[in-house]
Amino acid sequence: MTTPATSASPTSMEVDRLLSEARILVCCGAGGVGKTTTAAALAVRAAEQGRSVCVLTIDPARRLAQAMGLTELDNTPRAVSGIDTAAGGRLDAMMLDMKRTFDDIVLAHADDARAKAILANPFYVSLSSSFAGTQEYMAMEKLGQLKATGKWELIVVDTPPSRSALDFLDAPQRLGRFLDGRMIRLLTAPARAGGRAYLKVFTIGVKMFTDVLNRMLGAQALKDLSLFVSSLETMFGGFRERADQTYKLLKEPGTAFVVVAVPERDALREAAYFVERLETEQMPLAGMVLNRMHTSGAAELSVERSIAAAETLNATGDEPFAAAALRVHADRLSAAIRDARRASQFHAAHPRVRMVEVAAQASDVHDLEGLRAIGADLATNPVGAA
Amino acid sequence: MKLHVVSGKGGTGKTTIAAGLALALAAGGRQVLLTEVEARQGIAQLFDTPPLPYEERRVAVARGGGEVYALAIDPEQALLEYLEQFYNLRRAGSMLKKLGAIDFATTIAPGLRDVLLTGKVMEAATRERRGGGRIYDAVVLDAPPTGRIAKFLNVNTEVAALTRMGPVRNQANSVMTLLRSARTAVHLVTVLEEMPVQETVDGIAELIATDLKPGAVIVNMVRDPLIPEDRIGDAAAGSVDTDDIARGLKVAGVEGDPATVASLAAEMSDHARRVMLERQELETLSTLDRPTYQVPYISDATELSGLQEIADRLQAAGMV
Repeated sequence: MTTPATSASPTSMEVDRLLSEARILVCCGAGGVGKTTTAAALAVRAAEQGRSVCVLTIDPARRLAQAMGLTELDNTPRAVSGIDTAAGGRLDAMMLDMKRTFDDIVLAHADDARAKAILANPFYVSLSSSFAGTQEYMAMEKLGQLKATGKWELIVVDTPPSRSALDFLDAPQRLGRFLDGRMIRLLTAPARAGGRAYLKVFTIGVKMFTDVLNRMLGAQALKDLSLFVSSLETMFGGFRERADQTYKLLKEPGTAFVVVAVPERDALREAAYFVERLETEQMPLAGMVLNRMHTSGAAELSVERSIAAAETLNATGDEPFAAAALRVHADRLSAAIRDARRASQFHAAHPRVRMVEVAAQASDVHDLEGLRAIGADLATNPVGAA
Repeated sequence: MKLHVVSGKGGTGKTTIAAGLALALAAGGRQVLLTEVEARQGIAQLFDTPPLPYEERRVAVARGGGEVYALAIDPEQALLEYLEQFYNLRRAGSMLKKLGAIDFATTIAPGLRDVLLTGKVMEAATRERRGGGRIYDAVVLDAPPTGRIAKFLNVNTEVAALTRMGPVRNQANSVMTLLRSARTAVHLVTVLEEMPVQETVDGIAELIATDLKPGAVIVNMVRDPLIPEDRIGDAAAGSVDTDDIARGLKVAGVEGDPATVASLAAEMSDHARRVMLERQELETLSTLDRPTYQVPYISDATELSGLQEIADRLQAAGMV
């Protein structure tokens, strides 16, 4: 397969070296660009090259999950069968259960009675199971937990389908900011003081704040919320510590980010934000994977020439099959040229980012064989290869 | 007034379709508001305008004189506006900000953000003559992706369950009443590929399970097959007559060595396989029993002319 040559090709991402050296790989990017598949393909390849690997997926497509043996959601890594272990590696895979991860934190940090109260609080139930945003916190929490066990040489993480690809990066910090904030003290005030006594202790601003909440939510809900926050309070130290640790983990040598994109405007824009953000945060970017790149094996037959020839044939009505083949080729080559142009534009704007491309697949990947093929593509296909 | 919620998996073109739908709804002199809630400024990019402030701005004029206004809903602004409207507390905003309350409500407290976003959409969709603000014939919401849509829309049910009384509960209840009513339709955008179609199937099931009304399925970027119908099966199976192609190239006066011909044959096979896959996905979508509208692949879909073409297609297909 060839791609139309681009000028000044970017440095290729050395995937196999990355897979042999990294301890944590974080795959991130916009929704629908193949993050989960990329994470799985990298994990399979690393395992079959001899490393002990765990892949944490967030929300895999059903058939991909089945291929990885992820049939039950039990929040524990399970061995993936069918992996070639000849090189001495292994692969475990798990799907994130966000409520369970949250419950585990509560159970680990609070005594029995308090844990029970928290787990039964309506605010907790809703926060831990259904509200958007919790997934980001829990994905990072789970990564920290898996890392802490020391069981794997490499952990590959897929990131949640956030509204912004950056959400998961901010989650631990946001939590830290919240815990340091005065909001905590405000929210716990009613529960701590009970009755109306607390009003004297606090400033007028606080009174107004609780007043507003009271009027907005009703007294019972405010009480629930206050009780919830105050019972969580004992765990906050642990929470913050973990958030800080996870953030540090992401900056450690051995951690690398892989930005995943497809050659579409929106996905590339998101990838660009991400690349810039990682730079600002001084987080290590291993490179960018460009999925779904169109390629053509007959770049020598130009788009214009193909269309002209198809028109010639169509005008006479002769050779309709060849005419169709010429039009198919013109479409495909145009797509390949467009993709290559977008890739090289990205490269021009971010010259230091290493890139690797994966050719568009005829159908979705849902078995280990398909993941291996993508892994091989990742290891051998630099962007703009001729 | 009708509220059209447009969702779709990432990469299916939901923002483009939402914009096209807004243009179609505005045709003939109607006023339509197009809103976004994901802080992406996708609408501004589509209509090639500077980033939208928290203010309704006209972004396009539709055929026949209608107008499309756009609003990027910002949760922080929505909260301040809400406080002012219901509690006359706008002045308190800066103090709440200092306390971290605004930050808490809009970014840290998960869910509250979605409540504020859906609340603002409801406000725009239910304005009455005597109140402030422009009154629209329709509101189109470029909503979060299919994987999150049922949860996003249902967030007010959660809130109503948490607060047993008070204005937040009342507001949450009225948002849910609007979203569950016949005035709201939740449309899902997909392309004819396995994952987006599967998510559409799952998304519709989730919407129904949460008592929300799935509207139409919009199949985006549809391409007509180029290969003759009677050759699809063989070509998909990998059997393409290279002599046919070689002869045709010669007739057309194109130099084609065997390698080029072989590449063209392989591309024809890929094409045939994709056509078959697409038909299979279309079949899957037809089992959903939802009105389904097809929008062809448009190479300049992100230009105003492309959006107008999408609008025309949706109108011609009978969606509007």
